[in-house]
Order: sequence, then structure tokens, then C-alpha cells
Amino acid sequence: MEFSRRETLALGLGAAVVTVMPFSVNAAADDVIATFTGGADMADTGIELTAPEIAENGNTVPVAVSAPGASAIILIATGNPTPGVAQFNFGPLAASQSASTRIRLAGTQDIVAIAQMADGSFAKASATVKVTIGGCGG
Amino acid sequence: MASGVKPRVKVPKTAAAGDAITIKSLISHKMESGQRKDKEGNLIPRSIINRFTVEFNGQSVLDMAMEPAISTNPYVQFEALVPEAGDFVFTWYDDDGSVYDTTKSIAIG
Amino acid sequence: MTKPMGNTLTAIALAAVAFSTVAAADEAADLVINGDQEMVIRTAAPEHLSDVLDEINSGWLYRKDETQLLQMDDFDNPGMIFVDLAQDAWNAVDGSEEKSCASCHDNVEDTMKGVRAVYPKWNETAGEVRTLAHQINDCRENQMGAEKWKYTGGKMTAMEALISVQSRGMPVDVAIDGPAQSTWEQGKEMYYSRTGQLELSCANCHEENFGNMIRADHLSQGQINGFPVYRLKNAKLNNAHARFKGCVRDTRAETYKPGSPDFVALELYVASRGNGLSVEAPSVRN
Repeated sequence: MEFSRRETLALGLGAAVVTVMPFSVNAAADDVIATFTGGADMADTGIELTAPEIAENGNTVPVAVSAPGASAIILIATGNPTPGVAQFNFGPLAASQSASTRIRLAGTQDIVAIAQMADGSFAKASATVKVTIGGCGG
Repeated sequence: MASGVKPRVKVPKTAAAGDAITIKSLISHKMESGQRKDKEGNLIPRSIINRFTVEFNGQSVLDMAMEPAISTNPYVQFEALVPEAGDFVFTWYDDDGSVYDTTKSIAIG
Repeated sequence: MTKPMGNTLTAIALAAVAFSTVAAADEAADLVINGDQEMVIRTAAPEHLSDVLDEINSGWLYRKDETQLLQMDDFDNPGMIFVDLAQDAWNAVDGSEEKSCASCHDNVEDTMKGVRAVYPKWNETAGEVRTLAHQINDCRENQMGAEKWKYTGGKMTAMEALISVQSRGMPVDVAIDGPAQSTWEQGKEMYYSRTGQLELSCANCHEENFGNMIRADHLSQGQINGFPVYRLKNAKLNNAHARFKGCVRDTRAETYKPGSPDFVALELYVASRGNGLSVEAPSVRN
């Protein structure tokens, strides 16, 4: 990002040191959720979503999901240009219904994980991840 | 076939029958998201791994659909049951039709 | 363009940085790789530096917990996939002489042990200080009859990682005296020279302000014991010259060319600031 000298001065003069990308939400995220759940209610227990509070770098953010007894879990980045991130389908030889991966986040946003349980019900967890502008070289 | 695509998977050499083991998998792949632009300002088309499957002796452990938000060099960690000795087969499916796979054997002991 | 604000801007920027809170680096954390390879990540500053620093420490300490974890297991570390790719390249025949690296150098684990720890170093035949990348290209061109690799390209950084990991855990130990001395002194002068529209020297950030935040980045000492480094930002391996080029550009200066004598001198000097720290390559940073 190119800053004019005026902007650099403003930053240096006590503006927030941590520069945070603007929060954004995407209506397409709701569509992705609706496709997965068919509009059903989602319980707020039964699924865990682990993500850092502040991402070291938005290009590679480690996240983990876990929902004992789930047949599938979807992961959504509500602030990304396209919100769908992944869908984990667990087979009979999965030892646990959990997985970790690394994702790209375009800016500060909520990420959402929804599990479909064996009995057909759904559970949802979300986490806010701050994505910052780095200091030097991005 | 994308070049320089190589899998890297960690599976223990042995396990007790019925054990749960942790498997770490990585594959070198650019995961071109379709959001980036080239020097002339044209969108670079999407080209990613879109699916990752893990099977053990023919039974499914994990079947994962990936979208462009998965980072370059996709990493997936998960747990698998080891009912008997056998082979884990890991398969990655590329947008361009390529299929990459690797097999890791595990013994009971 | 009006005259740069120069010192005023730097002073204000640095004042803001200096007053910011020290971010939560886990000062007590230890780096043990794969459960058994312990890295030296903090140690007494080498003699040539002891007048300005008591302790030198690894960039690993300045990263968030999640990033630190990535380097602690060779199957979590994304840089290791490139070590695998370079192992294939090591064994592959390339060039007019129908040789591979292995043809002369056998197993990389045996012949390359300790090599990375002493680079950059004086090459008597060439009459200059050479970096690892220079040496790799020298072998390719003159021994293998193969095309040189791009200095900062993927093939080069992967090969640097393969060679570096054979020294992992060994202390960085580059020579700063003898025939290398004048190059070292040139690098030292560069390190302390302010440059660019922002008039920043390497030392302004990495010696005077490590531990502080520069915007959202936690400033390290700028050590290169972990290079080539897998950066989360570009999801690939980066070598020292690639990073220097970016740093110089970030001061809004005309940057230097990777492989150039300027960067060789700078790399020798910066490497020597880490003498005593373990080679950590391939490391994982932001």
C-alpha cells in the first residue's frame, strides 16, 4: 500500500499503531449456509472452531474445526470475495470429526463453521479474526 | 499437469489395532485463487486443488472439498482409525483435471 | 516532488514506534524441532557486536504462537515440502556434463553438513566472498554445464533450503576477518547507513527498535539464521537477497539487485550478527 507523506505523518502522529483492515460481510455467506442447512436451525453448541484472534498474515491463517458425531463440517469466511472455504466430509474411518487447515482471509471478518450431525441437526460456531496490515513489506 | 506439485504426508509406521492416529498432509500447489491480476491487469484464472480424499483399505476417512480460500500449499491435519494393517491412499484433484496421489502403508505392532 | 521530509518524518515515525506497546512475544519460549532438535534462539552477542547488544535472538521469538508452532514439526513446516522437491533436483541429471549434484556430492546429508553455517564465505579461487546461491550456480554452470538458476527463484531457494537443513541446529559461524574483512566492513557500513525517502537504516529498526511494533508487525533483530524462510505472506521460500531487496524498497530507495556485490557484503555482515544462533532454516515467519 502506498502512503503519501501526509498519511505517513498522520499515522506517525498517534493514530492507531495496529492498522486493521475494514470489517466486511458478504450476503453470499448466508446463501452458502442456507444451501448446507436447508434453512434449518443451528444449535450453538456441539462444534468448536479454533482460529487466532489476530492473524499473523491473512494469506495463511491456521484454523481447526471439531464436532464429535458430525457427518460433515463446512467452513465459511463471511468477509471474503467468495465465502465458501471448505467442506469436510468424515468417513467411517475418521477417528474424530475434526480437522485443521490453513486459509486465506481477505480482511478482518467472522469465520463460521457449521456441522451437520448424524441425526440431521446442525450446530454453528463463529470466530472473529483480525487481519492486519504488516509493517514492512506488507 | 501443474509442475512442482508434490505431496508430503506423515503417517506413523505402526499402530495398535483400533488406534486413532494423527495424519498431517501437505501438497505443494499454488492454489491460484482467480482473484489476482497479472501485470497487464487481467485476472489470472482460478486453478486450485478442489478436492482431497483419504481412504484406508478402500474405506473413506475424509473427503474434503476445497475452495480458493485454502492457502497455497494446502495443509490438512485429521485423525484416522487403524482397524488393521493396510494402505492409506491420499488423492488430490486439480481444477485442470490432474490427479495427484500418494500411498502410505501402516503395520500393526 | 517536494524535498523529502527526511529526518523529521523518521523522527516522528520512530517516536510513534518507540511509544507503542511491546507485543506479546513469549520471551520464555524454546524452539525444539520434531521434539528432539533443540535450537539456540538466544545467546550472547558476538564480540564485534558486544558494544551495542548484549543478546542476539532469533526472529522466531517475535512471531505469534500459531506461527511458532508451524516451525516445530517438519510436517507442519510448509518450507519442508521444498526441501523434498530439492532432494529430487539433487538427484536429477541436468546439463551438458550429464551429472547431478549427487554425482560429485553423494548424499546431501553427509557432504553438505556444516556448509550453510559458514556461508557467505571467501572463495580463494574466485577471489571474492560468495553466497550459497553463487556457489550453487557456479557448480551448475562450470561442473554440470547446466543453466544458472534465477537467484531468488523457487529452484534456488529450495536447493538452499535442502543444503541449509543439513546445518540445522549448528551455530552460525561466518568469518569476518582475513580476506573477507573488507567485504564485511562494506556490509557493516551499509547496515548503518540511512537510505531512501524514509531515511532509514537497517539499524534504525533492527538494532534500535527490535521488540517494538511497526504498524502491526513485531520487529525482530533482522537475523538471517533462519533463511531461506517460508513467509506466510507469499507462501513460499525467500532467501536473504530477496528480503533485502524488499527492505530497501520499503525505505523508498532504489533497491539493489539480488546477487550483487552490495547484497553479498550486506549478507555477510548480517549473517555475522547472528554468529552463535542456530541455523534454523527453513524457518517460518510472517
